[in-house]
Amino acid sequence: MNPDVVWLTIFVLSVFVGVEVVSKVSSTLHTPLMSGANAIHGIILVGAILVTGSADTTLTLVVGLVAVVLATVNLVGGFVVTDRMLQMFGARRRPVAKTDGDR
Amino acid sequence: MVTDVPVWVQLVYLAAAICFVLALKGLSSPGTARRGNLLGAGAAVVATAVVFFERDLDHVVPILVAIAVGSVVGVVGSRRVQMTQMPQLVALFNGVGGGAAALVALLELHELVGSAVPAVVLVATVFTVLVGSVSFAGSVVTFAKLQELMTTRPVVFPGLPVAFVVALVGAVVLGALVVADPVVWVGVVIAVLGLVVGVLLVLPVGGADVPIVISLLNAFTGLTVAAGGYVLGNTLLLVAGTLVGASGTLLTVMMARGMGRSVTNTLFGALKGGSTLGAGEASDRPVRSANAEDVAIMLGYADRVIVVPGYGLAVAQAQHTLRELVEVLAARGTTVDYAIHPVAGRMPGHMNVLLAEAQVPYEQLREMDDVNGEFPQADVVLVVGANDVVNPAARTSPGAPIYGMPILDADQGRQVVFMKRSMRPGFAGIENELLFEPRTTLLFGDAKEQMGKLLNAVKAL
Repeated sequence: MNPDVVWLTIFVLSVFVGVEVVSKVSSTLHTPLMSGANAIHGIILVGAILVTGSADTTLTLVVGLVAVVLATVNLVGGFVVTDRMLQMFGARRRPVAKTDGDR
Repeated sequence: MVTDVPVWVQLVYLAAAICFVLALKGLSSPGTARRGNLLGAGAAVVATAVVFFERDLDHVVPILVAIAVGSVVGVVGSRRVQMTQMPQLVALFNGVGGGAAALVALLELHELVGSAVPAVVLVATVFTVLVGSVSFAGSVVTFAKLQELMTTRPVVFPGLPVAFVVALVGAVVLGALVVADPVVWVGVVIAVLGLVVGVLLVLPVGGADVPIVISLLNAFTGLTVAAGGYVLGNTLLLVAGTLVGASGTLLTVMMARGMGRSVTNTLFGALKGGSTLGAGEASDRPVRSANAEDVAIMLGYADRVIVVPGYGLAVAQAQHTLRELVEVLAARGTTVDYAIHPVAGRMPGHMNVLLAEAQVPYEQLREMDDVNGEFPQADVVLVVGANDVVNPAARTSPGAPIYGMPILDADQGRQVVFMKRSMRPGFAGIENELLFEPRTTLLFGDAKEQMGKLLNAVKAL
């Protein structure tokens, strides 16, 4: 099988999966969902590491390291801020939990 | 493209990709959202560790230092930010992701120069450079608008559409040149043109529509990462980027629909003119204002009260006092609900997050379609720091930028009380006729201070 066709297949199937998983989300969760999806594309960090690891001049190394920093900010910051948002959603559901926390 | 990636590394990438799908799935439902997010984060950590085994990498120590720096910036930024400022933080994170993808593609272009590469790889590389830059610059402008570093109103100047088209066409033509004959500096020029396109794309978008643009740029960055994954021969990037691109596009369409707009109308509406209604200045038409004691009496003797909270409430950090006020009213026998507009705040669902932070019980938060029929029964509608989401211009004046946006029918209430800092119009920059109606009362001042006075006055009744 032609490798490019394999890539295309993965791409097309991923499109369907991506559409399917968010198709029924309520507007309440739009913000955390957008923020979580935003964090996921921070995985470009993997790409940034790969190109930086084969940098052959000082300039490309520096540019690569900048890309690594930016991608990490996207990835780490994205997941942390999403968690902070969701923490607040969860907090109201168990206000009673504090009273009996022995176990 | 690199082919000999160890099989176990490829399998870990597959596992991470599955985790990302499950993460998005989890994020789509309230009960599983937090677990979903943590799953995604875990997958990202594993994938980042495994990449060091994909092939022999140089400069490992500087890379680890860069990751440490980025992690500190990311954690500190996202921990410190106020919940009200979250939309602009998300915009910024999205922008740096797009920027990173563009830089990765430029470096890859540098590596590809001189080797025989299929044209389709070069097309994907150019796409990543261009769209990544658009996403970066667009997100920075979005950030500036939300942070109110610049005007939130649409910025249009003569020649803007021409400049936009020239920059875009220029980038595409240069892209074709790079595909024919890869040269790095042409790639850099494409990136610069991409920055110009990004800025010109977002400038004409009005403040109220900015959330839709964040979502759209988010989808752009996703596609960029997918294309970058193809260029680097990395399945994880391809799958993760495509997931975000596809789900982000759908999310953008859903948000636009929630505001009664199409995505193209959001982006290019201002260019067609017609959204210049309203001066963005305070009006000096007569209104009826009252003090906290008067409003306390109205509220204290009402059977049914509907609260419409807006972004101004959160900016003043008055949501805790509001919750207390609602509790006191409920104890007096008044039925109180919060009417939440889908785009109240600065992003869809933002207001739910802000009120959840103040520990308002979930059951009291009513969605727009659910609560709109009950406004005629409301003795008092208390609008706190909201404006555009109750502006009847959305129904009545076709020229208004918010025309067609579904609104909360606050004007159907028997009495309407606006808590406002001043007569300045809302984020969309248009006047609200409801403010001048005879049954409308205005309570001017800082929302937190006035809310405190109101609370004490109701307690004293």
